[in-house]
Amino acid sequence: MAMSFEWPWQYRFPPFFTLQPNVDTRQKQLAAWCSLVLSFCRLHKQSSMTVMEAQESPLFNNVKLQRKLPVESIQVVLEELRKKGNLEWLDKNKSSFLIMWRRPEEWGKLIYQWVSRSGQNNSVFTLYELTNGEDTEDEALQPCPAHHSRWAKLEASSESKLPD
Amino acid sequence: MQLKDRIKFDAGTLLLSTHRLIWRDQKNHECCMAILLSQIVFIEEQAAGIGKSAKIVVHLHPPPSNKEPGPFQSSKNSYIKLSFKEHGQIEFYRRLSEEMTQRRWENMPVSQSLQTNRGPQPGRIRAVGIVGIERKLEEKRKETDKNISEAFEDLSKLMVKAKEMVELSKSIANKIKDKQGDITEDETIRFKSYLLSMGIANPVTRETYGSGTQYHMQLAKQLAGILQGPLEERGGIMSLTEVYCLVNRARGMELLSPEDLVNACKMLEALKLPLRLRVFDSGVMVIELQSHKEEEMVASALETVSEKGSLTSEEFAKLVGMSVLLAKERLLLAEKMGHLCRDDSVEGLRFYPNLFMTQS
Repeated sequence: MAMSFEWPWQYRFPPFFTLQPNVDTRQKQLAAWCSLVLSFCRLHKQSSMTVMEAQESPLFNNVKLQRKLPVESIQVVLEELRKKGNLEWLDKNKSSFLIMWRRPEEWGKLIYQWVSRSGQNNSVFTLYELTNGEDTEDEALQPCPAHHSRWAKLEASSESKLPD
Repeated sequence: MQLKDRIKFDAGTLLLSTHRLIWRDQKNHECCMAILLSQIVFIEEQAAGIGKSAKIVVHLHPPPSNKEPGPFQSSKNSYIKLSFKEHGQIEFYRRLSEEMTQRRWENMPVSQSLQTNRGPQPGRIRAVGIVGIERKLEEKRKETDKNISEAFEDLSKLMVKAKEMVELSKSIANKIKDKQGDITEDETIRFKSYLLSMGIANPVTRETYGSGTQYHMQLAKQLAGILQGPLEERGGIMSLTEVYCLVNRARGMELLSPEDLVNACKMLEALKLPLRLRVFDSGVMVIELQSHKEEEMVASALETVSEKGSLTSEEFAKLVGMSVLLAKERLLLAEKMGHLCRDDSVEGLRFYPNLFMTQS
């Protein structure tokens, strides 16, 4: 079920689309941007994007308000996400990126918790079972993009000695 | 002219020098007379004819009152005739004309022995008539020129000395700067005060006193007096350019240079005057009353902006009745303090209340 996306109040606030010179103000602004990007990508099940796409996406371009975040500022937001562990660059030129609205370690934790709860330690699961199996349907493990779960599994196994 | 009226001197030798025409009796060398070339107005030739010898007519100025005694006390005629019985008239005329043209007697002082009762010092031009007046004026002009050159000679010497002095004081000031530890506080202060009294800015104190010279200190005090009223009228703050215009308009003459104004203003706070110079981050300089608290004005600015939702500098300036420059500075200060945030787009720069901080 796709929820209609609820834009945060900042999205309708014109100064949101200008990188603030005041350091404290900027901190708040960037935090708001980061959470917006993550929730947007999560809802639209978008795990990767190019910078070009981002510029034109309604995420950074509020047509109604007639404001768009300039590309230099988008770069600043993406860098913030990378520092927080939610983003990885897919190429050297920084033209496309992977967006992880749950960090790998967070996934790892969730998998481990599910595995423990369902009492299936020391058994082997395939990646597919884990992400798409019936047992996991209502759990928070869904929806987990495949490559995320690969990362997640690695994390989980290193953390809690799950067999690979 | 009747023959008998002529006064004749015969058989003599005519000599021409740079200054005089001299006639000497051939037989009696003691008999000798001279006429100064400067007495001659002009000369003309009279060619020889049958029974007549070639002559040169020499027309003369009227004799000056201090004329040396000559063969005759006075004469009806204003000219003399030189009669060349044998030969030499052509050559002599040529030479005499040359001397008349060159007027070498003007440049060379006549020797002392001939001018015993003349009184004036050697070199003094004896002059009569318009030509004489002109010559006197020329002489005076040359004298003046000479005096001026001599006077400036002294001045350029003084300037050379002054330059040396400035170099010396600079080098001493630098030495002080370098050896700050070695020289005692007291000596340094004394030396600095000497420099200040000489009107030379000490680089060491420039930061603290703003190249404080006596002039700037006095000027600062003067400014404090002039600006008190206008500042109060304008809400306690004025941009430095407004101050510059105001002060110079009041002075009328002896206008202040921008540099002098800035240097004087830099001293306002140090001299504990009721005004101060303030430089905003953008580089804009203002003068504000000590009692004026720009930070407090920011609170009222926030109110104004909140009321209207958002404002540009121009809109704000108009509302509050300030210059746009100062309005912008106030809004920027509010942003710096975190009360406002900005929206920078193609539509321009607008300021909003900082909801990032106030709203969750």
